[in-house]
This record gives sequence, C-alpha cells and structure tokens, in this order.
Amino acid sequence: MNTAVNFTDAAKTALKNPTLRSNFRQAMDSLRERRAAQFPDQDELERARDLAGAIRRRSLNHLAENLVQLESQCQKNGIQVHWAETPAQANEIILEICQRHDAKHVIKGKSMVSEECHLNDYLAKHDIEALESDLGEYIVQIDGETPSHIIMPAIHKNKKEIAELFAEKIPGVEYTEDVDTLTAIARKVLRSKFETAAVGISGVNFAVAETGTLCLVENEGNGRMTTTVPPVHIAITGIEKVVPSLSDVAPLYSVLTRSATGQHATTYFNMISSPRREGERDGPQEVHLVLLDNGRSKIYQDERMQDTLKCIRCGACMNHCPVYTRIGGHAYGTVYPGPIGQILNPQQYGIDQQGEMLSACSLNGACGEACPVRIPIPSLISELRHEATRNDQAGTVYGQGALRKLHEALVWGSWKWIHRTPWAYKAMGLAATRLRRLVPSAAMGPWTKTRVKPALAEKTLHELMKERNS
Amino acid sequence: MSARDRILSRLQHDVIASDNEIDLSVHLDKQFDTQEKLERFTEKLESVHGEIIRCSENDWTQALAQVVEAEQIENLTLGLGALPDQAADAVSCAVRRYDADIEDWKGQLFSDVQAGFTTCRGGIAETGSLLLWPSIEEPRLLSLVPPIHIALLFAKDIANTFTEVLCTQNWQAGMPTNALMISGPSKSADIAQVLAYGVHGPKRLIVLLAE
Repeated sequence: MNTAVNFTDAAKTALKNPTLRSNFRQAMDSLRERRAAQFPDQDELERARDLAGAIRRRSLNHLAENLVQLESQCQKNGIQVHWAETPAQANEIILEICQRHDAKHVIKGKSMVSEECHLNDYLAKHDIEALESDLGEYIVQIDGETPSHIIMPAIHKNKKEIAELFAEKIPGVEYTEDVDTLTAIARKVLRSKFETAAVGISGVNFAVAETGTLCLVENEGNGRMTTTVPPVHIAITGIEKVVPSLSDVAPLYSVLTRSATGQHATTYFNMISSPRREGERDGPQEVHLVLLDNGRSKIYQDERMQDTLKCIRCGACMNHCPVYTRIGGHAYGTVYPGPIGQILNPQQYGIDQQGEMLSACSLNGACGEACPVRIPIPSLISELRHEATRNDQAGTVYGQGALRKLHEALVWGSWKWIHRTPWAYKAMGLAATRLRRLVPSAAMGPWTKTRVKPALAEKTLHELMKERNS
Repeated sequence: MSARDRILSRLQHDVIASDNEIDLSVHLDKQFDTQEKLERFTEKLESVHGEIIRCSENDWTQALAQVVEAEQIENLTLGLGALPDQAADAVSCAVRRYDADIEDWKGQLFSDVQAGFTTCRGGIAETGSLLLWPSIEEPRLLSLVPPIHIALLFAKDIANTFTEVLCTQNWQAGMPTNALMISGPSKSADIAQVLAYGVHGPKRLIVLLAE
C-alpha cells in the first residue's frame, strides 16, 4: 500500500520502545563490525567499490540494450519474459500463471520487489496462499508484519519474542528459546510446503544479459528449493538489476555479501539459465521472469537521480545509519527503509506521499561511505529536499514542492535578500547583537527543546575585526 | 504500445555517457600458490562449518567409506557416471541412484535419504567455495535435499577467485540449467543473529579434498 504514513509519529513511538531500540542497536553494531572485518585493507575496499560502482554505472548506461538482450537470451533458453509497468500489472501476470497451473498454494523465496507489489495479499484475495520460506520472512509473515530490514527481515524481534510467536502461531509447538530448535521447527513446517507447492516465486539479485542467467544470493537453501522443487518458477525483479556480462557478477557478489552481512561468501550463489532440459531429472518445467518498472524508468530519466538505480540491495546504508539504528525499519512505513528507502520511496511514490522521511537525516555521510557501489546517498537526499520545497515546477520528481511551507520560504527569502543588501545586513548584525537578550527561548522552536539556547555575541565579527585592526 | 515498449522508450537517451574502464585487478591480482590455495580454501570453508577430509586422488573412495562408517550413514544417494560408480562400490551402506524424475520419488527424497554424494566442477580458494554444475547425471536436488552433502573436489581444480573463473573458463559459451557456488552447509542468522545450521538445505557439508 502506498498510503502516506505519519513518519514523525511512528519514529517517536519507536524511540520510546526500549526493547526495539536495544534489538536494533545490537544488530546494527554487530553487522557494522562484521563488515569492517571483511575489509581489513582500506585500499582494497576502495578499489572494490570503484570496480563495483563502475560495473553498475556501465550497466545503467546501456540499460535498454541490456534489457532487450536479456529478454532475447532468456527466451532462447526457454525462460518466458513478462514486462510490468506497475505492481498491479505484475500481480496480474503472476496470478494468471498461478491460475493456469491451478495453484492453491505457492512458496516464496525472499523478494523485496514482491513486497513492493504486496503480492501475498493480492494472491490471498484470489484464494492462493503464498508462504514465505526465508526464515526471517516466515517469522514476520506469521506475525502479520512486514520486513523491518531488507536483508534481515525479522531483525526487530529478539529470541524471546520469536519463541512466544512460534508457541502461539504454530500448532503443537511449545515455548522454547533454543534457536536450533526454533529453526528445526520452521524447517519441518516448510519442507512439506516445498514438496507440495505448485509454483515457486523468487526475486533476482543480478540478471545477466549476455547469457540470460538469473542469479540468487542466499544462505538458507530456501531460494534453491523455491527455484528447483515446484514445477513452475516465477522470478520477479526490478528492471535495473540487469548487468551486461557474466564476468560482472563476481565483483558485485563479492562486495554484496561482505557489505551486507560481513560474509566472505554466502552459502549459495544460485545461477539459473533455463527450465528443466530434455533428460534432466529435476528443476521446474517452466521458468518465468517478470520485469517490473514501478517508477524506475522515471528515475532513470533524471540524470541527477539515476545513481539511485545502482543499488544492489545490500542494506549496508541502513546498518550504518544513525537514524535507522534508533528508529528501526517499521517507522519508515515503506517497503525500503533506511537511507536507500529515503531516496527510493519519494521518487517512486511522490514526495507528497512519502517525502516526510527526507527530514530524518543529519547528512552525516555514513551511508555514502559504506555503499559498495558508491551511490552518493547524502547528495541525493539533499537534492530531494530541494525538490520537496521548490515551487517552480521545473523538477522531475513526483510531488515536487509538496513540503514547501510559506513561513519557511519567507524566512529563506528574507535571508537571501539581507545577505545581498549591505545596509540590511549591517542592520541585522546590529539588531542581533544589541537586542540579543530579547530573543525568547520559544522563538528557537524545536532547536531549544533538547539544547541550550545559543548565546549571541555582544558585537558582530566585523566590528571585532575592525577594533582589532585599528 | 505494450508495457515493454513503453518502458523501453522511457529508457532511451540521446547522450550515452562514456563507460569507465572496468579494472578487475583488485580480484585478479589475488594469486595463490598450490599450498596457499589449499590452506586458504580450508580456512575459509571451515570458518563456515564446512568439514574437510584431505585424501589423495587414489584413495578418496576409502576416505568416503570411512566417512560413511564414522557418521553411521545408512543410505547414500548418488548420481550416475564413473566417479559415482566408484563411490557406490566403495561404501558399505545402502546405495540409491538419482536416476528417476523427481516427480516419481519426491516423497522418498524428502523423507528417507540421509546423505547425497556429488562431484564438483571446481573450487575457489579465496572464499572456500565449491562450484557445481548439476546435470542429467547429477541432478540439482542431490546437493540440496539430503541432510548431509558429501562432495568430492580435486585440489587441482581449485581456482584463485570467482572473478578469475568467470573471466577464464568461458562459461558464457554455454551455461548449464543451473550453476552453483556452495560455501558451507545451509544456515541462517534470522533469529536474533544467532547462527543455526541446516535451515532448508544440508545440515552438514563434508568435502573430500583429493590431492
């Protein structure tokens, strides 16, 4: 759902929840440490980022050609390719395939793009049960929640909360905080679902144009199960995920796993190039690829914003974000939380709908420094803040100008005029220094709620310098 | 106009920015000698709970027989081909061949099979990974569904990095239905960041490293 949420209220509520804050603090601290341990050599880190960034940039430079080549290679390999401009179209395509195979339940590997589509709800409305098989996704699904992190969906919950959830929601399960036991329970429940599902739905980490190959990165094996056991596999991805050549995936994979969870490699890197071929004993008989736009081509058209599409969804930006660490993923109320969400959501759905989160950034730069493909996230946030308050209708972003406030515009308008008008500037300096005691605390607004009122000097800098030089 | 054409038309642009040079040296410069490769491979795979049994190219079947005995494996599923044949002859437990379509024995594979044996196409020293190209002879689920995966890897097939493999082995000339890189047994840290093994795939990965 792309409804506007009250980000400020949600953030305030999250800040008052000590369990949530402690869960996120611990998780983010550990993820940051693990990433740092994977890059002991600063020079290697910077070169790996240069390389990955250059690969993504080149991929975007030729995005249309790459997509056309991907389509024709996939078709040559026997993979059916579908294009969707909107989540609604993607959902219809997937529903039609499921219905054709008379699917009553489908099993899902992790896919943030399917979250964008709210695919599970849509399928449920058409009497098809979509069960998440990634352990974290499974946990949030049985609790009726959404992921709070793009890599670790259930990171907001601690062991105790998950133990309670399993005991309450899974029939015949007793309360236990033993992680191995909890994992074994989920394994048992989901194994029977893999065995019987008519359709498996997965995401894609990289799609290779040259060979028509879909690459999936994972640790659990649920991605391999989803894409191998059911007779039909549907992969859904955003159009920006395509890379031109096969050799592009190794450097991207390397920075992805190290940046995301601090792993030198994930357990599985799964490369799928076709449905089951003649004589093969397993694998799906049909493979479909759904390419979703949902605002991406619009972002592409604005060169200033295009870097948004370089993202490989590692989540390092949120792991390093001081705001995300404190408020967690749900406060954003969107599919993509954290810094990448702050630049992606307002562009996809409009600043009027999801622009409020743009203010939740101190421009400290940590996300930009952590990004393995060198997306200048802080500059993009600044750029979007400008889009949010401009009133000339000359921008490209949906909902531009939506956050413009008259009093703010007046203040900045006056500020600009004063600084360009010598006598007014002088008068302001005199007023600020001579009348400094008259500034009431309340006039400082939210600034003084948590800070001491700044003391103004008795004389302006110009006056002080003049005295010193005389 | 179709959705496809509308999307593609929005992606057209007049000026194509020049491409930066793709410099792979940060990966390709990582060159290990034979000894370093073995050490690095072992260290990395063991760090993620992979188990390595070093043996020679001549006695790997013996090493396999010992593993089967020591782990009290009662049944082992294998593919077809010369190496699986040798493996089948060497072990004392019940042996089943993956020689039927999955539809014919899915239930059995999911419930009864204790261990699966596969060969490997190669390995990667930098990350301690196995490379598998499942095939008609050795299907995809053989390395995924059984709780124990025993993999035979020849030390001479270990490359330095994944980048090196993709740049030198010309995979793009003919990709298999499914190519895999496997680094350890199945795992998850989705519950409070505590590592648990054997989530959906094998709980154990035992590599016979034949030198």
